[in-house]
Amino acid sequence: MVSPAHFVALAVVLFVIGAVGVLARRNALIIFMCVELMLNAVNLAFVAFARLHGNLNGQVIAFFVMVIAAAEVVVGLAILTSIFRARRSASVDDANLLKY
Amino acid sequence: MTGSVAGAPSAAVMHTVAAVGVQRAAWLLLVFPIAGAIILLLGGKRTNSWGHLVGVAMPVASFVYGLIAFIAMLGYPASQRSRDLHLYSWIPVAGFKVSIGLLLDPLSICFVLLITGVGSLIHIFAVGYMANDPERRRFFGYMNLFLAAMLLLVLADNYLGLYAGWEGVGLASYLLIGFWQYKPEAATAAKKAFIANRVGDAGLSLAIMLMFAQFGTVTFAGVFGAVHGASKGVVTALGLLLLLGACGKSAQLPLQSWLLDAMEGPTPVSALIHAATMVTAGVYLIVRSNPIFNLSPDARLAVAIVGAATLLFGAIIGCAKDDIKKALAGSTMSQIGYMMLAAGLGPAGYAFAIAHLLAHGFFKAGLFLGAGSVKHEMDDEVDMRRFGGLRKVMPITFVTFGFGYLAIIGVPPFSGFFTKDPIIEAAFDKGGTSGAILGTAALIGAGLTAFYMTRVMFMTFTGERRWDDKVHPHEAPPVMTSPMIVLAIGSLCAGGFLIVDNRLVNFLAPVVGSPPTSHGFITPVSGGSLALVIVGAAIAWAMYGRREVPATAPAGSPLTVAARKELYGNAINESLLMRPGQWLTRLSVFFDNRGVDGLVNTLAAAMGGTSGRMRRIENGFVRSYALLMFLGAALLVGALLLVRI
Repeated sequence: MVSPAHFVALAVVLFVIGAVGVLARRNALIIFMCVELMLNAVNLAFVAFARLHGNLNGQVIAFFVMVIAAAEVVVGLAILTSIFRARRSASVDDANLLKY
Repeated sequence: MTGSVAGAPSAAVMHTVAAVGVQRAAWLLLVFPIAGAIILLLGGKRTNSWGHLVGVAMPVASFVYGLIAFIAMLGYPASQRSRDLHLYSWIPVAGFKVSIGLLLDPLSICFVLLITGVGSLIHIFAVGYMANDPERRRFFGYMNLFLAAMLLLVLADNYLGLYAGWEGVGLASYLLIGFWQYKPEAATAAKKAFIANRVGDAGLSLAIMLMFAQFGTVTFAGVFGAVHGASKGVVTALGLLLLLGACGKSAQLPLQSWLLDAMEGPTPVSALIHAATMVTAGVYLIVRSNPIFNLSPDARLAVAIVGAATLLFGAIIGCAKDDIKKALAGSTMSQIGYMMLAAGLGPAGYAFAIAHLLAHGFFKAGLFLGAGSVKHEMDDEVDMRRFGGLRKVMPITFVTFGFGYLAIIGVPPFSGFFTKDPIIEAAFDKGGTSGAILGTAALIGAGLTAFYMTRVMFMTFTGERRWDDKVHPHEAPPVMTSPMIVLAIGSLCAGGFLIVDNRLVNFLAPVVGSPPTSHGFITPVSGGSLALVIVGAAIAWAMYGRREVPATAPAGSPLTVAARKELYGNAINESLLMRPGQWLTRLSVFFDNRGVDGLVNTLAAAMGGTSGRMRRIENGFVRSYALLMFLGAALLVGALLLVRI
């Protein structure tokens, strides 16, 4: 039987993969995609808990998360585009001027 | 009660009546000199041309009012002569009410007349003495300030008002000793005087604090009423603390070192402050506090011992000093020792202390003005080894100085004879070993006084002239000689006037009580003291009158060397107080620099070092920031889980 616990476990695995991706990849676009992966993993966990508790709170929150993810991607891609225009490089390691 | 002289010593009961009539304007006594000081000091250079006239007019006005108040007081019966005048409620706090009020009673009116009368004469003298000084106006401003503070001191009806006047005269003394600020010796002497006074002031302020703590009041009436119920320890402590205050102001042992240095000030200052008035404030304090001292034989004995010791101390110093002003300063120290000795003898001596104080005001001021006149004419020379034979060129000064000289050594019918002998007799009357020792010390002091004063007379006025041709001494102008003449007449008459018929004793009896026994004027003691006077004068004549006075001081016996060094008073102060004080300050500076600063600097360095290491986290790489966020979030979740479990 597939119980909510499996869904939460899947969400955790997806979240960890996304987190590792954010920490380990150099390309900004890949990092964005990993962030999206993390957000979607969290969505999955919310929906599973909604099913577990028997009410729709988790699903409502999942809607909010999707909206926020979309807005965030817009802003993030805009910043990335302007950095790319200035530096001709999409690697996050190259944008390291704000240091001691 | 008219204070009969025969019978048991009567202690005084202080009860005051509200002031009426002309005495209600007694605040004028303070307002005149304060107004003079304000006009002259705030007016500045604009008032230079007429400043000295204001400076003289104010003390004279105060003296005129003082006379009027005195005549009014004589019109009252003896039991109603203590009059209280409330002026201003100074501290109206619940539980501690202090007001500024004036107490016009026989004791304070004596002082008022002395201060304003002798003060006016000295102010007139200073017009001539300071005629060539461009800062004369400022001088008169400070002198008027002094007069105001001294009058507040003697007229206040509570200890806090007295303390305000006490501090004021200390300030005026500092300003006037250091009047010629550009002279380093004068500035140092002013500081020394102020610091020595401060030590005494600490004693007086502790006494006032003790009074308030024990009795809840600091007015004379309140304290003297409540002191009868206080414990012996408290009364003795009060007496000793008041004695400490008096020692500071009156230059008695152990706080005597400032008086000789204070001669750096202009001579009118030495005459007024350090002879006639300020240094007598200590005696006033003790006589005014007589109910306290009457209840504590130990404190009285301490006062008498301090007086006797200083009497001899000052006399020995005066014997060896070649500076005429310093010799007279040693004499002042010694004469005030007589007054303190008398004050320490209880009701048997208070009136005689005041009598000697008043007579001393006349003759010592006269002596100092004479010395000032000599110094003025000799181009500010004060070394008596460069004087000699001045009586031919300065006859009026010689005669007035001579009157003061005869008064101070106690030749009848001059003042000193009448005022000094009762003190010596009262000392012997005290009985026991203490009485014998004190009386003998006073007798020896009389002989020494004759010796050193005769020495001063011979070195200055007789013999061959020892000054060189650059100096042209002639008699001083009339503005300077007139006050000297008046003071000389006072030196002749004051003592007799006060003592004969027990005039002053009866006048002061309501305030200080009266002596138990009265001796005549021809007694064994007076004969003995006259004999010692003649012996002292004869020795001085043999050493200085008959022989040539050497132009440079010859090396003397160890006692002479010690006396020239003021009996090592300064050396003792330096080693006992100054050196340890310096070590303490150096230790504190060291501790502050290395300890406190070190601590603060270490903290700052630690912060700086830590932040220097910590900022390496800001390496600019987004991924390391992301890692830190991740770790922080993990920590937070872990903490939440821990709390939940």
